[in-house]
Amino acid sequence: MGLTLGYLAFIVILPLSALVLKAAAMGPAAFAAAATSPRVMASYSLSLKTAVLAALVNGVFGFVVAWVLVRYPFPGKKVVDALVDLPLALPTAVAGIVLTTLYAPGGWAGKALLALGVHVAFAPAGIVVALVFVGIPFVVRSVQPVLENLEADVEEAAASLGADRLQIFLRVVLPSLLPAWLTGLALAFARGLGEYGSVVFIAGNLPMKTEIAPLLIMTKLDQYDYEGATAIAVVLLAVAVTFLLFINGLQRLSSRRGAAV
Amino acid sequence: MSLSHQAVHVFPLPVSRAGAESSAVRRVLVFVAVSFVALFVAVPVAAVFAEGLRRGAGAYFAALRQPETLSALWLTGVTTVSAVLANLLFGLAAAWAVSKFAFRGKNLLLTLMDLPLAVSPVVAGLVFVLLYGKQGWFGPILSEHGLKVIFAPPGIILATIFVTFPLVVRELVPVMEACGTEQEEAALLLGATGWQVFWRVTLPNVKWGIVYGVILCSARAMGEFGAVSVVSGHIRGVTNTLPLHVEILYNEYQFQAAFAAASVLTILSLLAVASRHVAEWRAKSAETSRKDR
Repeated sequence: MGLTLGYLAFIVILPLSALVLKAAAMGPAAFAAAATSPRVMASYSLSLKTAVLAALVNGVFGFVVAWVLVRYPFPGKKVVDALVDLPLALPTAVAGIVLTTLYAPGGWAGKALLALGVHVAFAPAGIVVALVFVGIPFVVRSVQPVLENLEADVEEAAASLGADRLQIFLRVVLPSLLPAWLTGLALAFARGLGEYGSVVFIAGNLPMKTEIAPLLIMTKLDQYDYEGATAIAVVLLAVAVTFLLFINGLQRLSSRRGAAV
Repeated sequence: MSLSHQAVHVFPLPVSRAGAESSAVRRVLVFVAVSFVALFVAVPVAAVFAEGLRRGAGAYFAALRQPETLSALWLTGVTTVSAVLANLLFGLAAAWAVSKFAFRGKNLLLTLMDLPLAVSPVVAGLVFVLLYGKQGWFGPILSEHGLKVIFAPPGIILATIFVTFPLVVRELVPVMEACGTEQEEAALLLGATGWQVFWRVTLPNVKWGIVYGVILCSARAMGEFGAVSVVSGHIRGVTNTLPLHVEILYNEYQFQAAFAAASVLTILSLLAVASRHVAEWRAKSAETSRKDR
Protein backbone atom coordinates (compact mmCIF):
# COMPACT_ATOMS: atom_id res chain seq x y z
CA MET A 1 0.00 0.00 0.00
CA GLY A 2 2.65 2.51 1.04
CA LEU A 3 4.79 1.23 -1.80
CA THR A 4 1.98 1.82 -4.27
CA LEU A 5 1.37 5.36 -3.09
CA GLY A 6 5.08 6.12 -3.06
CA TYR A 7 5.50 4.91 -6.62
CA LEU A 8 2.40 6.77 -7.79
CA ALA A 9 3.67 9.92 -6.09
CA PHE A 10 7.14 9.60 -7.61
CA ILE A 11 6.08 8.79 -11.16
CA VAL A 12 2.77 10.63 -11.58
CA ILE A 13 1.88 13.10 -8.84
CA LEU A 14 5.25 14.79 -8.29
CA PRO A 15 5.91 15.47 -11.99
CA LEU A 16 2.42 16.77 -12.66
CA SER A 17 2.46 19.03 -9.61
CA ALA A 18 5.81 20.41 -10.77
CA LEU A 19 4.01 21.47 -13.94
CA VAL A 20 1.13 23.12 -12.10
CA LEU A 21 3.43 24.87 -9.60
CA LYS A 22 5.64 26.17 -12.39
CA ALA A 23 2.55 27.63 -14.06
CA ALA A 24 1.36 29.12 -10.74
CA ALA A 25 4.75 30.77 -10.22
CA MET A 26 4.32 32.61 -13.53
CA GLY A 27 1.51 34.78 -12.16
CA PRO A 28 -1.94 35.05 -13.74
CA ALA A 29 -1.11 37.80 -16.24
CA ALA A 30 1.97 36.11 -17.68
CA PHE A 31 0.17 32.77 -17.73
CA ALA A 32 -2.83 34.20 -19.57
CA ALA A 33 -0.57 35.93 -22.07
CA ALA A 34 1.40 32.75 -22.76
CA ALA A 35 -1.64 30.47 -22.85
CA THR A 36 -3.79 32.66 -25.11
CA SER A 37 -1.48 34.31 -27.66
CA PRO A 38 -2.92 34.20 -31.20
CA ARG A 39 -0.53 31.47 -32.36
CA VAL A 40 -1.41 29.33 -29.34
CA MET A 41 -5.15 29.92 -29.79
CA ALA A 42 -4.86 28.87 -33.44
CA SER A 43 -3.14 25.65 -32.35
CA TYR A 44 -5.87 24.85 -29.78
CA SER A 45 -8.57 25.42 -32.34
CA LEU A 46 -6.79 23.21 -34.91
CA SER A 47 -6.20 20.46 -32.33
CA LEU A 48 -9.83 20.61 -31.21
CA LYS A 49 -11.31 20.58 -34.70
CA THR A 50 -9.16 17.77 -36.04
CA ALA A 51 -9.62 15.66 -32.88
CA VAL A 52 -13.41 16.09 -33.02
CA LEU A 53 -13.55 15.24 -36.72
CA ALA A 54 -11.33 12.18 -36.31
CA ALA A 55 -13.36 10.99 -33.31
CA LEU A 56 -16.57 11.31 -35.35
CA VAL A 57 -15.11 9.36 -38.29
CA ASN A 58 -14.07 6.66 -35.83
CA GLY A 59 -17.47 6.88 -34.15
CA VAL A 60 -19.23 5.91 -37.37
CA PHE A 61 -16.77 3.40 -38.83
CA GLY A 62 -15.69 2.00 -35.47
CA PHE A 63 -19.32 1.24 -34.70
CA VAL A 64 -19.74 -0.58 -38.01
CA VAL A 65 -16.53 -2.56 -37.42
CA ALA A 66 -17.62 -3.56 -33.90
CA TRP A 67 -21.09 -4.53 -35.18
CA VAL A 68 -19.73 -6.65 -38.00
CA LEU A 69 -17.13 -8.32 -35.75
CA VAL A 70 -19.75 -9.31 -33.17
CA ARG A 71 -22.70 -10.24 -35.38
CA TYR A 72 -21.67 -11.49 -38.81
CA PRO A 73 -19.45 -14.37 -39.76
CA PHE A 74 -17.07 -13.58 -42.63
CA PRO A 75 -13.73 -14.86 -43.87
CA GLY A 76 -10.69 -13.15 -42.35
CA LYS A 77 -12.62 -11.99 -39.30
CA LYS A 78 -9.85 -12.88 -36.84
CA VAL A 79 -7.33 -10.91 -38.88
CA VAL A 80 -9.57 -7.83 -38.94
CA ASP A 81 -10.13 -8.22 -35.20
CA ALA A 82 -6.38 -8.32 -34.57
CA LEU A 83 -5.63 -5.45 -36.97
CA VAL A 84 -7.94 -3.19 -34.96
CA ASP A 85 -5.44 -3.36 -32.06
CA LEU A 86 -2.43 -2.51 -34.19
CA PRO A 87 -2.64 1.30 -33.92
CA LEU A 88 -2.16 0.89 -30.15
CA ALA A 89 0.99 -1.15 -30.66
CA LEU A 90 2.52 0.52 -33.70
CA PRO A 91 4.95 3.30 -32.74
CA THR A 92 3.41 6.66 -33.62
CA ALA A 93 6.52 7.79 -35.49
CA VAL A 94 6.20 4.78 -37.80
CA ALA A 95 2.54 5.61 -38.41
CA GLY A 96 3.53 9.20 -39.06
CA ILE A 97 6.17 8.53 -41.70
CA VAL A 98 4.19 5.85 -43.51
CA LEU A 99 0.96 7.90 -43.65
CA THR A 100 2.94 10.89 -44.91
CA THR A 101 4.56 8.78 -47.62
CA LEU A 102 1.18 7.36 -48.67
CA TYR A 103 -0.68 10.68 -48.66
CA ALA A 104 2.09 12.98 -49.93
CA PRO A 105 1.48 14.33 -53.45
CA GLY A 106 3.75 11.59 -54.85
CA GLY A 107 2.32 8.73 -52.73
CA TRP A 108 -0.22 6.05 -53.71
CA ALA A 109 -3.20 7.65 -51.99
CA GLY A 110 -1.94 11.23 -52.29
CA LYS A 111 -1.73 11.06 -56.09
CA ALA A 112 -5.30 9.79 -56.42
CA LEU A 113 -6.67 12.36 -53.99
CA LEU A 114 -4.73 15.18 -55.62
CA ALA A 115 -6.37 14.28 -58.94
CA LEU A 116 -9.67 14.95 -57.17
CA GLY A 117 -8.27 18.25 -55.94
CA VAL A 118 -7.90 17.17 -52.29
CA HIS A 119 -4.72 18.00 -50.40
CA VAL A 120 -4.21 15.62 -47.50
CA ALA A 121 -0.53 15.67 -46.52
CA PHE A 122 0.75 18.99 -45.14
CA ALA A 123 -2.86 20.18 -44.64
CA PRO A 124 -5.41 19.84 -41.82
CA ALA A 125 -6.94 16.81 -43.60
CA GLY A 126 -3.64 14.99 -43.07
CA ILE A 127 -3.86 15.58 -39.33
CA VAL A 128 -7.36 14.06 -39.35
CA VAL A 129 -6.08 11.00 -41.24
CA ALA A 130 -3.33 10.46 -38.64
CA LEU A 131 -5.77 10.91 -35.75
CA VAL A 132 -8.27 8.51 -37.30
CA PHE A 133 -5.48 5.93 -37.44
CA VAL A 134 -4.46 6.28 -33.79
CA GLY A 135 -8.10 6.41 -32.63
CA ILE A 136 -9.44 3.28 -34.38
CA PRO A 137 -9.14 0.86 -31.42
CA PHE A 138 -11.00 3.03 -28.91
CA VAL A 139 -14.53 3.04 -30.36
CA VAL A 140 -14.34 -0.58 -31.54
CA ARG A 141 -13.02 -1.92 -28.23
CA SER A 142 -15.52 0.11 -26.19
CA VAL A 143 -18.60 -0.97 -28.16
CA GLN A 144 -17.60 -4.59 -28.92
CA PRO A 145 -17.86 -6.13 -25.41
CA VAL A 146 -21.19 -4.42 -24.67
CA LEU A 147 -22.61 -5.59 -27.97
CA GLU A 148 -21.41 -9.12 -27.21
CA ASN A 149 -23.18 -9.16 -23.86
CA LEU A 150 -26.44 -7.78 -25.23
CA GLU A 151 -29.04 -10.49 -24.67
CA ALA A 152 -30.91 -11.72 -27.72
CA ASP A 153 -34.25 -11.96 -25.92
CA VAL A 154 -34.84 -8.18 -25.79
CA GLU A 155 -34.55 -7.94 -29.56
CA GLU A 156 -36.66 -11.07 -29.99
CA ALA A 157 -39.34 -9.61 -27.75
CA ALA A 158 -39.38 -6.40 -29.79
CA ALA A 159 -39.55 -8.39 -33.04
CA SER A 160 -42.41 -10.58 -31.80
CA LEU A 161 -44.27 -7.41 -30.76
CA GLY A 162 -44.10 -6.31 -34.38
CA ALA A 163 -41.15 -3.90 -34.46
CA ASP A 164 -39.21 -3.87 -37.72
CA ARG A 165 -35.44 -4.16 -37.85
CA LEU A 166 -34.75 -0.43 -37.98
CA GLN A 167 -37.06 0.25 -35.04
CA ILE A 168 -35.35 -2.46 -33.03
CA PHE A 169 -31.95 -1.02 -33.84
CA LEU A 170 -32.89 2.56 -33.01
CA ARG A 171 -35.03 1.92 -29.95
CA VAL A 172 -33.59 -1.23 -28.38
CA VAL A 173 -29.98 -1.77 -29.46
CA LEU A 174 -28.74 1.80 -29.79
CA PRO A 175 -29.83 3.08 -26.35
CA SER A 176 -28.02 0.27 -24.56
CA LEU A 177 -24.86 0.86 -26.59
CA LEU A 178 -24.89 4.63 -26.16
CA PRO A 179 -22.72 4.95 -23.00
CA ALA A 180 -20.10 2.60 -24.43
CA TRP A 181 -20.12 4.38 -27.75
CA LEU A 182 -19.72 7.78 -26.05
CA THR A 183 -16.87 6.40 -23.94
CA GLY A 184 -15.12 5.27 -27.11
CA LEU A 185 -15.67 8.66 -28.74
CA ALA A 186 -14.32 10.48 -25.69
CA LEU A 187 -11.25 8.22 -25.51
CA ALA A 188 -10.54 8.70 -29.22
CA PHE A 189 -10.99 12.45 -28.84
CA ALA A 190 -8.71 12.67 -25.80
CA ARG A 191 -6.04 10.65 -27.56
CA GLY A 192 -6.34 12.83 -30.67
CA LEU A 193 -6.01 16.03 -28.69
CA GLY A 194 -2.64 15.03 -27.24
CA GLU A 195 -1.27 13.03 -30.16
CA TYR A 196 2.13 14.11 -31.36
CA GLY A 197 4.22 11.46 -33.11
CA SER A 198 1.94 10.52 -35.97
CA VAL A 199 0.86 14.11 -36.64
CA VAL A 200 4.14 16.03 -36.85
CA PHE A 201 5.26 14.27 -40.01
CA ILE A 202 2.04 14.66 -42.00
CA ALA A 203 0.93 18.10 -40.76
CA GLY A 204 3.53 20.33 -42.40
CA ASN A 205 3.65 22.33 -39.14
CA LEU A 206 2.97 25.83 -40.49
CA PRO A 207 2.34 28.31 -37.64
CA MET A 208 -1.32 29.42 -37.49
CA LYS A 209 -2.29 26.87 -40.15
CA THR A 210 -1.20 23.30 -39.42
CA GLU A 211 0.54 23.58 -36.05
CA ILE A 212 -1.08 21.47 -33.33
CA ALA A 213 -0.88 22.39 -29.63
CA PRO A 214 1.52 19.58 -28.54
CA LEU A 215 3.93 20.59 -31.33
CA LEU A 216 3.86 24.18 -30.12
CA ILE A 217 4.98 22.96 -26.67
CA MET A 218 7.89 21.24 -28.39
CA THR A 219 8.77 24.38 -30.37
CA LYS A 220 8.75 26.53 -27.21
CA LEU A 221 11.00 24.01 -25.45
CA ASP A 222 13.48 24.12 -28.32
CA GLN A 223 13.60 27.90 -27.81
CA TYR A 224 14.12 27.39 -24.04
CA ASP A 225 10.76 29.12 -23.42
CA TYR A 226 9.88 26.83 -20.51
CA GLU A 227 7.12 29.15 -19.24
CA GLY A 228 5.37 29.30 -22.60
CA ALA A 229 5.55 25.53 -22.91
CA THR A 230 4.27 25.07 -19.36
CA ALA A 231 1.27 27.35 -19.93
CA ILE A 232 0.09 25.36 -22.96
CA ALA A 233 0.80 22.09 -21.17
CA VAL A 234 -1.37 23.11 -18.20
CA VAL A 235 -4.27 23.91 -20.53
CA LEU A 236 -3.90 20.51 -22.24
CA LEU A 237 -3.62 18.79 -18.85
CA ALA A 238 -6.81 20.47 -17.63
CA VAL A 239 -8.70 19.30 -20.72
CA ALA A 240 -7.30 15.78 -20.28
CA VAL A 241 -8.36 15.61 -16.62
CA THR A 242 -11.85 16.87 -17.48
CA PHE A 243 -12.24 14.20 -20.12
CA LEU A 244 -10.91 11.50 -17.84
CA LEU A 245 -13.53 12.37 -15.21
CA PHE A 246 -16.21 12.46 -17.92
CA ILE A 247 -15.14 9.03 -19.23
CA ASN A 248 -15.06 7.55 -15.72
CA GLY A 249 -18.58 8.89 -15.13
CA LEU A 250 -19.78 7.34 -18.40
CA GLN A 251 -18.24 4.00 -17.51
CA ARG A 252 -19.92 4.01 -14.14
CA LEU A 253 -23.21 4.83 -15.89
CA SER A 254 -22.85 2.01 -18.39
CA SER A 255 -21.85 -0.56 -15.75
CA ARG A 256 -24.83 0.49 -13.62
CA ARG A 257 -27.11 0.03 -16.64
CA GLY A 258 -25.53 -3.32 -17.32
CA ALA A 259 -26.24 -4.34 -13.73
CA ALA A 260 -29.85 -3.16 -13.99
CA VAL A 261 -30.43 -5.33 -17.08
CA MET B 1 -50.58 -32.31 -39.69
CA SER B 2 -52.79 -29.25 -39.82
CA LEU B 3 -52.23 -28.72 -36.10
CA SER B 4 -48.48 -28.55 -36.39
CA HIS B 5 -48.85 -26.26 -39.38
CA GLN B 6 -50.91 -23.85 -37.29
CA ALA B 7 -48.46 -24.06 -34.42
CA VAL B 8 -45.76 -22.65 -36.64
CA HIS B 9 -47.86 -19.54 -37.16
CA VAL B 10 -48.79 -19.07 -33.54
CA PHE B 11 -45.24 -19.45 -32.23
CA PRO B 12 -42.93 -17.80 -34.73
CA LEU B 13 -39.40 -19.11 -34.78
CA PRO B 14 -37.11 -17.06 -32.56
CA VAL B 15 -35.38 -14.32 -34.51
CA SER B 16 -31.83 -15.38 -35.03
CA ARG B 17 -29.70 -12.32 -34.52
CA ALA B 18 -27.26 -13.09 -37.29
CA GLY B 19 -30.12 -13.42 -39.74
CA ALA B 20 -31.94 -10.28 -38.68
CA GLU B 21 -30.62 -8.01 -41.39
CA SER B 22 -31.06 -8.81 -45.06
CA SER B 23 -28.00 -10.33 -46.69
CA ALA B 24 -27.52 -7.23 -48.86
CA VAL B 25 -27.29 -4.99 -45.78
CA ARG B 26 -24.92 -7.46 -44.17
CA ARG B 27 -22.66 -7.57 -47.18
CA VAL B 28 -22.50 -3.79 -47.40
CA LEU B 29 -21.66 -3.46 -43.69
CA VAL B 30 -18.95 -6.13 -43.86
CA PHE B 31 -17.52 -4.46 -46.95
CA VAL B 32 -17.48 -1.04 -45.24
CA ALA B 33 -15.83 -2.43 -42.09
CA VAL B 34 -13.20 -4.46 -43.92
CA SER B 35 -12.30 -1.65 -46.30
CA PHE B 36 -12.01 0.83 -43.43
CA VAL B 37 -9.61 -1.42 -41.52
CA ALA B 38 -7.73 -2.33 -44.71
CA LEU B 39 -7.36 1.28 -45.84
CA PHE B 40 -6.34 2.71 -42.48
CA VAL B 41 -4.35 -0.17 -40.98
CA ALA B 42 -3.38 -2.91 -43.42
CA VAL B 43 -2.25 -0.64 -46.29
CA PRO B 44 0.03 1.52 -44.11
CA VAL B 45 1.61 -1.57 -42.54
CA ALA B 46 2.25 -3.10 -45.97
CA ALA B 47 3.68 0.21 -47.16
CA VAL B 48 6.28 0.23 -44.34
CA PHE B 49 7.76 -3.01 -45.71
CA ALA B 50 7.38 -1.97 -49.36
CA GLU B 51 9.32 1.25 -48.72
CA GLY B 52 11.95 -0.47 -46.58
CA LEU B 53 12.60 -3.09 -49.28
CA ARG B 54 12.38 -0.62 -52.16
CA ARG B 55 16.09 -0.98 -52.99
CA GLY B 56 16.21 -4.69 -52.37
CA ALA B 57 17.10 -6.92 -49.45
CA GLY B 58 20.79 -5.93 -49.52
CA ALA B 59 20.07 -2.25 -48.91
CA TYR B 60 17.49 -3.21 -46.31
CA PHE B 61 19.90 -5.20 -44.17
CA ALA B 62 22.72 -2.70 -44.75
CA ALA B 63 20.46 0.01 -43.28
CA LEU B 64 19.73 -2.17 -40.25
CA ARG B 65 23.42 -2.88 -39.65
CA GLN B 66 24.40 0.78 -39.29
CA PRO B 67 25.98 1.22 -35.85
CA GLU B 68 23.61 4.09 -35.01
CA THR B 69 20.59 1.94 -35.78
CA LEU B 70 21.97 -0.88 -33.65
CA SER B 71 22.70 1.40 -30.69
CA ALA B 72 19.19 2.89 -31.00
CA LEU B 73 17.77 -0.63 -30.98
CA TRP B 74 19.82 -1.44 -27.86
CA LEU B 75 18.60 1.66 -25.99
CA THR B 76 15.01 0.88 -26.97
CA GLY B 77 15.48 -2.64 -25.62
CA VAL B 78 16.94 -1.45 -22.31
CA THR B 79 14.21 1.18 -21.91
CA THR B 80 11.43 -1.28 -22.68
CA VAL B 81 12.70 -3.92 -20.28
CA SER B 82 13.14 -1.39 -17.46
CA ALA B 83 9.70 0.14 -17.99
CA VAL B 84 8.01 -3.26 -18.13
CA LEU B 85 9.80 -4.51 -14.99
CA ALA B 86 9.06 -1.35 -12.99
CA ASN B 87 5.42 -1.20 -14.02
CA LEU B 88 4.90 -4.93 -13.56
CA LEU B 89 6.29 -4.88 -10.03
CA PHE B 90 4.34 -1.83 -8.94
CA GLY B 91 1.36 -2.72 -11.09
CA LEU B 92 1.02 -5.95 -9.11
CA ALA B 93 1.33 -4.09 -5.80
CA ALA B 94 -1.12 -1.38 -6.86
CA ALA B 95 -3.68 -3.81 -8.30
CA TRP B 96 -3.41 -5.90 -5.13
CA ALA B 97 -4.01 -2.88 -2.91
CA VAL B 98 -6.91 -1.58 -5.00
CA SER B 99 -8.77 -4.82 -5.57
CA LYS B 100 -8.32 -6.70 -2.29
CA PHE B 101 -8.82 -3.88 0.20
CA ALA B 102 -11.46 -1.20 0.68
CA PHE B 103 -10.22 2.25 1.62
CA ARG B 104 -11.19 5.88 1.27
CA GLY B 105 -10.05 7.71 -1.84
CA LYS B 106 -9.90 4.55 -3.93
CA ASN B 107 -11.70 6.16 -6.87
CA LEU B 108 -9.34 9.13 -6.75
CA LEU B 109 -6.40 6.72 -6.75
CA LEU B 110 -7.78 4.88 -9.79
CA THR B 111 -8.33 8.14 -11.67
CA LEU B 112 -4.79 9.30 -10.86
CA MET B 113 -3.42 6.01 -12.13
CA ASP B 114 -5.26 6.51 -15.44
CA LEU B 115 -3.96 10.04 -15.86
CA PRO B 116 -0.83 9.21 -17.91
CA LEU B 117 -3.04 7.68 -20.60
CA ALA B 118 -4.96 10.92 -21.06
CA VAL B 119 -2.00 13.31 -20.88
CA SER B 120 -0.32 14.32 -24.14
CA PRO B 121 3.06 12.56 -24.47
CA VAL B 122 4.73 15.91 -24.99
CA VAL B 123 3.34 17.13 -21.65
CA ALA B 124 4.64 13.91 -20.09
CA GLY B 125 8.12 14.69 -21.34
CA LEU B 126 7.91 18.32 -20.27
CA VAL B 127 7.11 17.52 -16.62
CA PHE B 128 10.35 15.56 -16.31
CA VAL B 129 12.33 18.41 -17.82
CA LEU B 130 10.76 20.72 -15.23
CA LEU B 131 11.79 18.30 -12.44
CA TYR B 132 15.22 17.09 -13.47
CA GLY B 133 16.35 19.61 -16.11
CA LYS B 134 19.08 22.19 -15.53
CA GLN B 135 16.58 24.81 -14.32
CA GLY B 136 14.34 22.17 -12.74
CA TRP B 137 13.64 21.45 -9.08
CA PHE B 138 16.27 18.74 -8.71
CA GLY B 139 18.56 20.03 -11.47
CA PRO B 140 21.14 21.71 -9.19
CA ILE B 141 21.38 18.73 -6.80
CA LEU B 142 21.81 16.30 -9.67
CA SER B 143 24.55 18.31 -11.36
CA GLU B 144 26.40 18.71 -8.04
CA HIS B 145 26.68 14.93 -7.92
CA GLY B 146 27.53 14.72 -11.59
CA LEU B 147 24.29 12.91 -12.42
CA LYS B 148 22.41 13.50 -15.62
CA VAL B 149 18.77 12.55 -16.08
CA ILE B 150 17.50 14.81 -18.85
CA PHE B 151 19.20 14.31 -22.22
CA ALA B 152 20.41 10.97 -20.87
CA PRO B 153 19.03 7.42 -20.69
CA PRO B 154 17.56 7.74 -17.14
CA GLY B 155 15.23 10.51 -18.35
CA ILE B 156 14.15 8.38 -21.30
CA ILE B 157 13.39 5.48 -18.97
CA LEU B 158 11.48 7.71 -16.51
CA ALA B 159 9.36 9.27 -19.26
CA THR B 160 8.62 5.82 -20.70
CA ILE B 161 7.60 4.49 -17.27
CA PHE B 162 5.25 7.46 -16.87
CA VAL B 163 3.58 6.92 -20.23
CA THR B 164 3.13 3.17 -19.73
CA PHE B 165 2.29 3.44 -16.01
CA PRO B 166 -1.42 2.48 -16.21
CA LEU B 167 -1.16 -0.38 -18.71
CA VAL B 168 -0.36 -3.26 -16.35
CA VAL B 169 -2.56 -2.01 -13.50
CA ARG B 170 -5.56 -1.56 -15.78
CA GLU B 171 -5.31 -5.15 -16.95
CA LEU B 172 -4.82 -6.56 -13.46
CA VAL B 173 -7.46 -4.71 -11.43
CA PRO B 174 -10.55 -6.20 -13.13
CA VAL B 175 -9.06 -9.73 -13.06
CA MET B 176 -8.07 -9.48 -9.40
CA GLU B 177 -11.45 -8.03 -8.46
CA ALA B 178 -13.23 -10.86 -10.26
CA CYS B 179 -11.23 -13.42 -8.27
CA GLY B 180 -12.45 -12.04 -4.96
CA THR B 181 -10.69 -12.78 -1.66
CA GLU B 182 -12.19 -16.16 -0.66
CA GLN B 183 -9.37 -18.28 -2.05
CA GLU B 184 -6.71 -16.20 -0.30
CA GLU B 185 -8.63 -16.32 2.96
CA ALA B 186 -8.97 -20.09 2.66
CA ALA B 187 -5.23 -20.43 2.05
CA LEU B 188 -4.44 -18.26 5.07
CA LEU B 189 -6.78 -20.35 7.25
CA LEU B 190 -4.99 -23.48 6.10
CA GLY B 191 -1.75 -21.98 7.38
CA ALA B 192 -0.10 -20.52 4.30
CA THR B 193 2.21 -17.53 4.79
CA GLY B 194 1.57 -14.24 3.01
CA TRP B 195 4.19 -14.96 0.33
CA GLN B 196 2.87 -18.46 -0.24
CA VAL B 197 -0.62 -17.07 -0.75
CA PHE B 198 0.72 -14.52 -3.22
CA TRP B 199 2.86 -16.99 -5.24
CA ARG B 200 0.52 -19.96 -5.17
CA VAL B 201 -2.96 -18.42 -5.17
CA THR B 202 -3.05 -14.80 -6.31
CA LEU B 203 -0.42 -14.92 -9.05
CA PRO B 204 -1.70 -18.01 -10.91
CA ASN B 205 -5.21 -16.54 -10.89
CA VAL B 206 -4.14 -13.36 -12.64
CA LYS B 207 -1.67 -15.05 -15.01
CA TRP B 208 -3.44 -13.87 -18.18
CA GLY B 209 -3.88 -10.34 -16.89
CA ILE B 210 -0.12 -10.18 -16.39
CA VAL B 211 0.52 -11.53 -19.89
CA TYR B 212 -1.78 -8.94 -21.51
CA GLY B 213 -0.41 -6.12 -19.40
CA VAL B 214 3.21 -6.96 -20.19
CA ILE B 215 2.47 -7.22 -23.93
CA LEU B 216 0.66 -3.87 -24.01
CA CYS B 217 3.28 -2.22 -21.85
CA SER B 218 6.20 -3.40 -23.97
CA ALA B 219 4.51 -2.44 -27.23
CA ARG B 220 3.87 1.06 -25.98
CA ALA B 221 7.28 1.41 -24.31
CA MET B 222 9.31 0.47 -27.37
CA GLY B 223 7.36 2.87 -29.56
CA GLU B 224 7.02 5.91 -27.30
CA PHE B 225 7.97 8.98 -29.25
CA GLY B 226 6.58 12.29 -27.99
CA ALA B 227 7.62 12.00 -24.34
CA VAL B 228 11.01 10.50 -25.14
CA SER B 229 11.62 13.10 -27.81
CA VAL B 230 11.35 15.89 -25.23
CA VAL B 231 13.79 14.37 -22.73
CA SER B 232 16.25 12.72 -25.09
CA GLY B 233 18.22 15.58 -26.63
CA HIS B 234 18.71 13.41 -29.75
CA ILE B 235 22.35 12.58 -29.19
CA ARG B 236 23.16 9.97 -31.81
CA GLY B 237 24.44 6.68 -30.55
CA VAL B 238 23.82 7.79 -26.94
CA THR B 239 20.24 8.92 -26.32
CA ASN B 240 18.53 7.92 -29.54
CA THR B 241 15.82 5.32 -29.27
CA LEU B 242 14.69 3.49 -32.39
CA PRO B 243 11.58 5.66 -32.99
CA LEU B 244 13.71 8.81 -32.63
CA HIS B 245 16.28 7.34 -34.98
CA VAL B 246 13.50 6.71 -37.53
CA GLU B 247 12.56 10.39 -37.28
CA ILE B 248 16.15 11.57 -37.81
CA LEU B 249 16.67 9.34 -40.84
CA TYR B 250 13.36 10.45 -42.30
CA ASN B 251 14.12 14.14 -41.81
CA GLU B 252 17.48 13.62 -43.52
CA TYR B 253 15.65 12.21 -46.54
CA GLN B 254 17.15 8.75 -45.95
CA PHE B 255 13.69 7.33 -46.57
CA GLN B 256 14.69 3.75 -47.32
CA ALA B 257 16.82 3.51 -44.16
CA ALA B 258 14.06 5.15 -42.11
CA PHE B 259 11.53 2.60 -43.31
CA ALA B 260 13.94 -0.28 -42.78
CA ALA B 261 14.32 0.78 -39.13
CA ALA B 262 10.56 1.39 -38.93
CA SER B 263 9.91 -2.12 -40.22
CA VAL B 264 11.71 -3.58 -37.18
CA LEU B 265 9.32 -1.70 -34.91
CA THR B 266 6.40 -2.75 -37.09
CA ILE B 267 7.37 -6.43 -36.83
CA LEU B 268 7.62 -6.09 -33.05
CA SER B 269 4.20 -4.46 -32.81
CA LEU B 270 2.66 -7.10 -35.11
CA LEU B 271 4.17 -9.75 -32.81
CA ALA B 272 2.71 -7.98 -29.78
CA VAL B 273 -0.78 -7.88 -31.27
CA ALA B 274 -0.58 -11.47 -32.50
CA SER B 275 0.67 -12.81 -29.15
CA ARG B 276 -2.05 -10.91 -27.34
CA HIS B 277 -4.72 -12.51 -29.52
CA VAL B 278 -3.19 -15.97 -29.24
CA ALA B 279 -3.05 -15.55 -25.45
CA GLU B 280 -6.69 -14.49 -25.46
CA TRP B 281 -7.78 -17.60 -27.38
CA ARG B 282 -5.74 -19.82 -25.11
CA ALA B 283 -7.21 -18.17 -22.02
CA LYS B 284 -10.69 -18.63 -23.43
CA SER B 285 -10.19 -22.27 -24.36
CA ALA B 286 -8.61 -22.98 -20.95
CA GLU B 287 -11.70 -21.49 -19.35
CA THR B 288 -14.18 -23.48 -21.44
CA SER B 289 -12.31 -26.75 -20.85
CA ARG B 290 -12.34 -26.03 -17.12
CA LYS B 291 -16.09 -25.42 -17.29
CA ASP B 292 -16.64 -28.64 -19.23
CA ARG B 293 -14.90 -30.59 -16.53
